[in-house]
Parts: sequence; C-alpha cells; structure tokens
Amino acid sequence: MDDMYREFILDHYKNPRHHGELDPADISYQDDNPLCGDVIRIDLRVDKDNRIIESAFSGQGCAISQASASMLMEEIQGKSLDEIKEFSREDILQMLGIELGPVRLKCAMLSLKVLKVGAYGVQDWVDDE
Amino acid sequence: MSLVELDSGKIRAEFPALSREIRPGVPLVYLDTTATSQKPLRVLEAMERYYRWHNANVHRGIHTLAEEATAEFEGARTKIAEFIGAQDSREVIFTRNATEAINLVAKTWGSSNLKEGDRIVVSEMEHHSNLVPWQMLSAEQGLEINVLPVTEQGELDLREWERLLNKEPKIVCFTHMSNVLGTLNPVAEMCAQARDAGAVSVVDGAQSAPHLPVDVRAIGADFFAFSGHKMCGPTGGGVLWGRAKLLNEMPPFLGGGDMIKRVQMTGFEPNEIPYKFEAGTPSICEAIGLGAAVEYLESVGMESIWKHEQELISYALEGLGEINGITVYGPEAHKRGGVASFTLEGVHPHDIAQVLDRDGVAVRAGHHCAMPLHTKLNVVATARASFYLYNTQDEVDLLVEGIGRVRDMFR
Ligand SMILES: Cc1ncc(COP(=O)(O)O)c(C=O)c1O
Repeated sequence: MDDMYREFILDHYKNPRHHGELDPADISYQDDNPLCGDVIRIDLRVDKDNRIIESAFSGQGCAISQASASMLMEEIQGKSLDEIKEFSREDILQMLGIELGPVRLKCAMLSLKVLKVGAYGVQDWVDDE
Repeated sequence: MSLVELDSGKIRAEFPALSREIRPGVPLVYLDTTATSQKPLRVLEAMERYYRWHNANVHRGIHTLAEEATAEFEGARTKIAEFIGAQDSREVIFTRNATEAINLVAKTWGSSNLKEGDRIVVSEMEHHSNLVPWQMLSAEQGLEINVLPVTEQGELDLREWERLLNKEPKIVCFTHMSNVLGTLNPVAEMCAQARDAGAVSVVDGAQSAPHLPVDVRAIGADFFAFSGHKMCGPTGGGVLWGRAKLLNEMPPFLGGGDMIKRVQMTGFEPNEIPYKFEAGTPSICEAIGLGAAVEYLESVGMESIWKHEQELISYALEGLGEINGITVYGPEAHKRGGVASFTLEGVHPHDIAQVLDRDGVAVRAGHHCAMPLHTKLNVVATARASFYLYNTQDEVDLLVEGIGRVRDMFR
C-alpha cells in the first residue's frame, strides 16, 4: 500500500501532463465512476492515418484516476487508434507500477475506458474486473 | 438513571476485533461504525449458543429444541420492544435491515393507501434506503415527491417543512439522525405536526437507535426502522416498528409460511401481526444476536453512550477544525451525533481513506448512500469518521494527526 502513493504518481497527480481540453477535437468522450465521483474527459486530435497528434484530459478524482489518465496521455502520443485498441488493463498497471485492490482498480481504469469508448464506441469496452 | 463515565478499557475488551492490528505494530482505529459497528463477545456468544445448543426452527414446534429456539427468538423481540419503548412486542417486526423495513412500509402501507397525485415528503438528507423505495412507489402509482431541503447549516428547513405540510401530504419520511452530517432532527415535533396535517410518518432510525435513548411512543412516529448491525448486532437482523392499528390494516408483505393463518387452494387468510409480515423461516440467530446486543447496550446505558459520543464529537470537531484546508460538514456538536464528514482541499476522499488506512485508521470515503445530499453539498464524495461507545479521545488524536499527514503528502 505504501507503494500506491509513490513520488511519481503523486507528481502526475499534482502536475498532470496533457491536462485541459482541445477545441476543436476529432474525438471527445467523457465518463464517470459515480461510486467515487471520478470524472474523466479525453479529447484527441488525429491525422489522416488515425495517429494521435494531440491529446488532453480533464476531470476530477482521486490521485490514482488522475495520475493514470496523465500517464496514459503520454503513453498514447503518436500512436495509432489501432494500437490503442490493444491497450489492456495490464498495460495500465504496468504504467502505474503498483498493485491495486478492486475498488481502486476501477479508479485506475477509468481513463482507459474513456479512451477506448471514445475511440471505438461502447461495444468495444469490456469491463474485465 | 445515573450517568456513568464509560470505562473504555472494559468496553474495548468486549470487542475482539478492536484488539487486532492492521499491520504488525499498527493497531486498528475503527471509525466506521456508521456503516456497521463491531460486535461484542456476548453477542457472538449468544449466537454461537443458539447454533450449538438450541438450533431448531421456531413456532409450531412441539419438541424441546423448537420450544427453546422459539423462546429465545420471541424473547429477543420482547427485549427489543422494551429497548425502543414499544407498547406491545407485536409491533416489532423482524426484517433483514432498515432498508427492508422501509421497503415493507412502501410496498404494503404505500400501495394500499396511496393513489395517483398523492404527495410524499422526503428529506434531502436521506440515505438512499429512505428515498429510492418512495421513488419506486411514485413511479408505480403516479405520486408526487416533495423534497424537504437541507439548510446551509446542515439542518432540515423547518419553514419549508410547514409549507409542505400545508399541501397535505399523505406520508412524510425523514431520518432521525443523518449518516453524513450527523444532524439530529427534531423528530418528535415533526411527527406531531405531520399527524396534525393528516400524514403518516416514517422515521429512519438506523443512526439513532444505536446511539441514543429511543422511545418510539415519545417520538410519536407511525413507523420506525433500524438495522441491528449498526448497534452491536449481526448483519441480517433489522426491525420495523409500527403502530399496531396501522399494521393490522396493512396487507401482508411477502407470501409464504408463517404469514398465514389458514390456506386453501383458492386463497389464504393472513396471520396476526407481527407474523403477517414475517414470511418464511426468519433470521432466528440474527434476532437472538440483536436481542443480546440491546441487552449489552442497556447494560452500558444509552444515556451514557450518547454522552460519551457527544464528548468525542465535540473534541473531534475542535481538532479537525484546526487542520488547514479541511471542510467539515454539518451542524455544531450539540446538534449532532458522533459523525464527522469532511473534505480536504486538493485531496480526493478515497486518497484520504487510503492513506489513513496505512495508520490503521478506518474511515469511509464516498457518497455514503446519500448522493442527493452530496449534490446539495456540491461535492462528489466525502470522507467520514464516526464514533461509538468503544472509541476514545486518543483515537480522535490519531485521526487528526493522520489527516495532517495526508495533507502534507499532497501539498
Ligand atoms: C441513516 C441510514 N438509514 C438507513 C441505512 C440502511 O441500513 P441497511 O443498509 O442496514 O439497511 C443506513 C446505513 O448506512 C443509514 O445510515
């Protein structure tokens, strides 16, 4: 548990990267986790090959949800939407480098859910808790 | 009754869970009683004794075990009736919890007494269990829900209350004590006013019955619901108290064994109260456990427990108030019970709870099943510390120090 608030997670929480909104954006999607009140919105700009040229997230929530969104934004820079489709829960956990219980796992996965649903529609999201 | 200072060493020794450590060297500081209380040995022992020694189904049994089990089960009902000042133990109906008790009223009294266009008053500080059943009933029957708002001070808006009563609602539903703000509502006055206005009153006692002396007749409610697990009893044992006259007029709740007097292939005749509302084999062990719990609480003294919690909440509000960036919700100490919900600037309540857990301090974070109230407070979630007879000022100090560390970590 001590691990959960490692310096670099707190750093992403306090100084989020790619934070804000894009206007105009090619893809925008927002979702929340009403249980905790975490909200995440992601805006993307893509080029003609569906590669992400710019991304931004906004919203509010706990350190885990916000830090994971911030890291995810860095991670997807320059990737194609097809590559994003391959992103899994393991990738997020690896990115965070911590272990999470079921409640906090939901917090960590919110940004990935928003990203995938935004890019591909709801049917592609499987909530694999 | 004389007010005795609680002997916290003696009390804590009764609760095995309180002596455990969260990690080596880090003792548990349990501040989540509002969600569920810890259980004293004598409750655990009463339950074990039933299963080891008396176990049998209740009612209609001729053999010795069945008679003993029935005596224990009905004995628990009598103890609980006395504990809440009920005139008649037949007014005590065993349910799974407060939620089921309130649903019972909505499904039976509600569906047989309300018609399209009738008004229900529900307060804005309700736990979802005293809101959603009324929303469901409204959707079924086309009722109108009138919201009794909460003021800036975290109290019920009593001027609005009078205005709403003038619109002649059929039923009014409010909590005795808020599980988020701790607010103690003036239920006796409100029930009297409701009665004058011709409305039936449903009081959610889930947070009052565990913490202060409750006398349902003095309160003057028509229905009063509570959960045993928040008052030293086991989960799965709750109570609906209702006025015998109303209960007698209500249709049954669930159908099955025990709730009937006579059955033919073409119909049935319902049983007398309370059995009319207790279909199927009841939670026998849980009822016995709750009986032991109220006996335990009475042996300590409800006045003493309430006074102890008043001291803890005053002390806690002082300590919390000194933390930079904290917002504590709800009224002043003398208007509330031992519950303190708060937010810390720049830190999500989940993170507060998670970091405190590292120090062994168990608090809850979220909307505490009161989403509309959180909307009113303009926050998505709060962290909540709550106190009971077994908590101490030292534990309050650990809470306050812990929150200080959370703040430093996120600075
Ligand atoms: C005020 C209040 N009402 C009702 C309930 C519901 O209790 P239960 O879940 O045991 O039915 C709670 C529990 O948190 C509560 O605090």
